[in-house]
Amino acid sequence: MSQHLPVLIVVVPLLLAPLAALVGNWKAAWIVAAAASWWAFGVSIALVRRVLAEGTISYEIGGWAAPYGIEYRIDLVSAFVAMIVATIGAVAIIYARTSVRAEVSEDRGALFYSAFILCFTGLLGISVTGDVFNIFVFLEVSSLSAYALIAMGQDRRALTAAYQYLIMGSVGATFIVIGIGLMYSMTGTLNIADLAERLPAVADNRTIPVAFTFLTVGITLKLALFPLHLWLPNAYTYAPSAVTAFIASTATKVAVYLLLRFFFTVFGAEFSFEQMQLDKVLMPLALVAIVTMSLVAIYQDNVKRLLAYSSVAQIGYMVLGISFASVLGVTAGILHLFNHALMKGALFMAMGCVMYRVGSVRLERMKGLGKKMPWTMAAFVGGGLSLIGVPFTVGFVSKWYLVQAALERGMWPVAAVVMFGSLLAVIYVWKVVEVAYFQEADPDDDIREAPLGLLIPTWALVIASFYFGIDATTTADIATRAAEVLLGVGP
Amino acid sequence: MDDLVVLRVGTKILIPFILLFALYVQFHGDYGPGGGFQAGVIFAAAYVLYALVFGIGNALRVMPAKVVYACGAVGVMIFVGTGFVTMGLGGVFLDYNVLAHEPSHGQHYGIIAVELGVLVTVFGVMVAIFYAFAGRRRLDP
Repeated sequence: MSQHLPVLIVVVPLLLAPLAALVGNWKAAWIVAAAASWWAFGVSIALVRRVLAEGTISYEIGGWAAPYGIEYRIDLVSAFVAMIVATIGAVAIIYARTSVRAEVSEDRGALFYSAFILCFTGLLGISVTGDVFNIFVFLEVSSLSAYALIAMGQDRRALTAAYQYLIMGSVGATFIVIGIGLMYSMTGTLNIADLAERLPAVADNRTIPVAFTFLTVGITLKLALFPLHLWLPNAYTYAPSAVTAFIASTATKVAVYLLLRFFFTVFGAEFSFEQMQLDKVLMPLALVAIVTMSLVAIYQDNVKRLLAYSSVAQIGYMVLGISFASVLGVTAGILHLFNHALMKGALFMAMGCVMYRVGSVRLERMKGLGKKMPWTMAAFVGGGLSLIGVPFTVGFVSKWYLVQAALERGMWPVAAVVMFGSLLAVIYVWKVVEVAYFQEADPDDDIREAPLGLLIPTWALVIASFYFGIDATTTADIATRAAEVLLGVGP
Repeated sequence: MDDLVVLRVGTKILIPFILLFALYVQFHGDYGPGGGFQAGVIFAAAYVLYALVFGIGNALRVMPAKVVYACGAVGVMIFVGTGFVTMGLGGVFLDYNVLAHEPSHGQHYGIIAVELGVLVTVFGVMVAIFYAFAGRRRLDP
């Protein structure tokens, strides 16, 4: 049993997804979905522990040896990303039970959960596979189901948002598959470890830089790096709350994982950052994303959209860390994957609570919510503090590493921009806090606190974001070792 | 369509051959061109032809939307289930060797089983798409 864990984390949810669609009734479908998510959560923890103890795990699907067969290869980076996805999935599915019932029509409930697990399966698959074409297949599995999930939002604009995401996402996926195809044409292999060995010999051929470029554009589109982020705000704003919380904390994170995997493992840091000078592209874009997207977030009236723009800015932080191409910088990037998943998950879930009771997340409808929904708004403040990077929150930990990485390279202005981004975050978080706590509510409406089914998952993430902010040894240790694996300096 | 005798009779003659050809493509998928996806599409094409000539009402009576949706889901379960069977028999996921005493026979059975899953899903999804376009009403299960 235990030797099958690398594949079971993907195929058990894959088996349960059609089952959820077959049972038809939303309650039964939810139980199936919850079983899938919690199963994957348990397995992901087991995998992280095993990788920490024994090193990289390899699993040959169908008994065909790599590089000819499909290999699942789990190193610390994959295990960590799979754990992020599985954790958020396990929390989000609890949240979904109450939230989805209110926001998605009942006859679509079973299909919703089926699509939810499929998306979950795809994201897990991307993180554990060691085969680039398999990555593309899982990317499509997760993206196609994500489009369907977003389209199920209450607002009719959810349809256009999903369509926009479909077009942009398909362009991204096509670019990725073209890049993979070009690499295959030069090396004749799709296995990541094998590609890494064979690529240097043909790196002078122009095909490889072209493949590299296609992959860069495709992946940055998927991870919504400025200026390729245009699909993201609408998709996050109009999707059902549970979907926004899940996708915002996982889908872009997995895309960042792809960035790491392709540029450090497949091409190698030397080719990516010295020969192709990728950092000269990524760093300015990341800095622009941090500043401009935070500024745009300040001017939003819809809090979900505000948080969506803030996500684009936060993706800037992750990419900035990666663009240093140093152990500290990549550590900061990987750490922020986890930390941002916790805080954005908590914030979007808090907004889902507001949506559940108020029916809107526009700022003018949130007046006086601090008194009426104290726990919800307290969760928002907790997540907001993390977003700003106040000490004792996870946001602080990632920014600490990021600033250190910048100073290590002697880039004072970059460190200053990171700080400036935090100041801008203060403004947009404060905007919500002011409306919720310092403006008088309409005395007529009877808005109560959100139900426990929503509050418990929200607070689980808020508490986690404080816990891992106070005791960051585990996460920082894993992130550092993962960065060392990627840069090839570690054991 | 009662007046279009040629069309109706022609369709009736063609459909069995199309279905048979789909099965041919399916069962030769493991060592020739073809396989579950193509077979599923051909199967669905025969069915769509029937629906075009004899009307969507008759088609829905032959295969209600619910059944079509279920096909889409069951096929995936056949595929993944094959993997679970091989794991249960002591192999790794989708290791067909353990399915029979002779490994090469096991490979045959395994591929046929997996392709059957693909056929069922592709058929279900193709017809579901056709239903969605052909019927104005919502055809959710």
